[in-house]
Amino acid sequence: MASETKYYLPEGLPSPKAPRDGLGKEFWEATRRHELIVQRCAKCRTFQWGPEWICHKCYTPEVGWHQVSGRGRLYSWIRSWNPVHPALRDACPYIVAVVQLPDADNVRMVGNLLGDPRQNPPFDAEVEAVFEDHPDATLVQWRLIK
Amino acid sequence: MSEYTVKDRVAIVGVGETKYYKRGQAPVSEFRLACEAIIKAADDAGIDVRDIDGISGYADDRNDASRLATALGLKHLGFAGMVWGGGGGGGSGAVGNAAAAVNAGYAKYCVVFRALAQGQFGRFGQAPVSNTVSGPAAYTSPYGLYVPAQWVALRTRRFMHDYGINQEPLAAVALADYHHAQFNPRAVMYGHPLTREQYDQSRWIAEPFHLYDCCMENDGSAALILTTADRARDAKKRPAWIMAAAQGSGYRHNAPVENSPDYSSSNFKTLAPRLFEMAGIAPKDVDCAQIYEHFSGAVMISLVEHGFCKPEEVMEFVTFANITAPNGKLPINTSGGNIAECYMHGLELVNEAVRQVRGESTCQVPDCEIALVASGPMVSPVSDLIVHRA
Repeated sequence: MASETKYYLPEGLPSPKAPRDGLGKEFWEATRRHELIVQRCAKCRTFQWGPEWICHKCYTPEVGWHQVSGRGRLYSWIRSWNPVHPALRDACPYIVAVVQLPDADNVRMVGNLLGDPRQNPPFDAEVEAVFEDHPDATLVQWRLIK
Repeated sequence: MSEYTVKDRVAIVGVGETKYYKRGQAPVSEFRLACEAIIKAADDAGIDVRDIDGISGYADDRNDASRLATALGLKHLGFAGMVWGGGGGGGSGAVGNAAAAVNAGYAKYCVVFRALAQGQFGRFGQAPVSNTVSGPAAYTSPYGLYVPAQWVALRTRRFMHDYGINQEPLAAVALADYHHAQFNPRAVMYGHPLTREQYDQSRWIAEPFHLYDCCMENDGSAALILTTADRARDAKKRPAWIMAAAQGSGYRHNAPVENSPDYSSSNFKTLAPRLFEMAGIAPKDVDCAQIYEHFSGAVMISLVEHGFCKPEEVMEFVTFANITAPNGKLPINTSGGNIAECYMHGLELVNEAVRQVRGESTCQVPDCEIALVASGPMVSPVSDLIVHRA
């Protein structure tokens, strides 16, 4: 692993940007403020993630946003060894994590698991969100709660 | 049984393929490969290419049906259809669309094809380079989660954790595919056997997938021809009769950012029971199965969701001895499949199922009456096909 790097993965990966239709722009605005939010239907209170234009349960377009604690559980993870993007050429291996958020009906988010990429974290381990500020956007990473 | 069925009303009467190449080694264009495979399938069926009047594709194939019909001089194009979605999930679904078109009278001879020259276009295992990313990928790409090897690995790992499964079933699938390919001169890996030691020592792509757990990258084309029952009876070779063909997807399987409710499902749970009901058979009646293997780990989950074993039985069921021809309990991927014959997005698996029920396989399962194809685990839609000798 490289010694001192500012980010978990090297620069050069694409920066997240809300699409032209604006779907999900609230999420990236919130991470800028170091807040984690997910969609929650204003009518029937169903959580959903990633962002959609209508609630998948009651079809209302009144899909609102709900701030979550940033605590989650490590639902699955992989150690990725193949540089699937040129920016990753010298950055392998790294860990990709899928995290469930118990306080949002276990919707899942994807991030990296911070720390040693050679670690073997237990499934369902408790993790917490860590905000990683880049020039154009703030990513959400995860670390094990000791 | 429902009368909404194509069972025994339609048959596959011809199969064909180009030479299969490693990625970038096809000497001609992808489109020309498509034409060549279709011409070979028509020859195998004993029909004039110009009598083809239906074209069925999948995986957003680049080779447009009208362009093909023009290049091949088809007298009439009565049906042109596409299964939505990229990847191999539509392979059997394209056969299902063709069967429906033939059964409805839209086409008398419908060809199903796939052409792929990854050397001439983009690679599925490499990310496009851009400064920004929008849409669902915005929540995954910045974290280096880009390609199917990774998200299939994430789902496979959860399944392995839930059911106490180790590397053995994955190795068994990779080794079975390579073993079968050693008998198949069409196979890209013909003459290149794989040992367990080589498997274990091969580099990781994304744990739990070694290099040999992953499909190849190839150039080539495959095609097959379906027709009506009365025409099939006059075919040059023994037809492979359609028992069932269907596509489908479970509840919100395609939910973005890894949010499929049934996360480690191969996505066959709602489709497979419909398939067997349509065919009027049970899993135990299947003599051999061609199970799409973009990655070895997904095969065991597909086997479970088709009822061949329970998740708790994977370690005992998915062994090299059980899944190899001719004597395994359920020989799978008897041509070498996507891992060792050719990554033709699984259409090579359909052609192999036809060859098995014809008795023409290079790894023939004795007295093979019924062959199943499962196309594209974990994607949406997935699809299934059962053919029999009748």
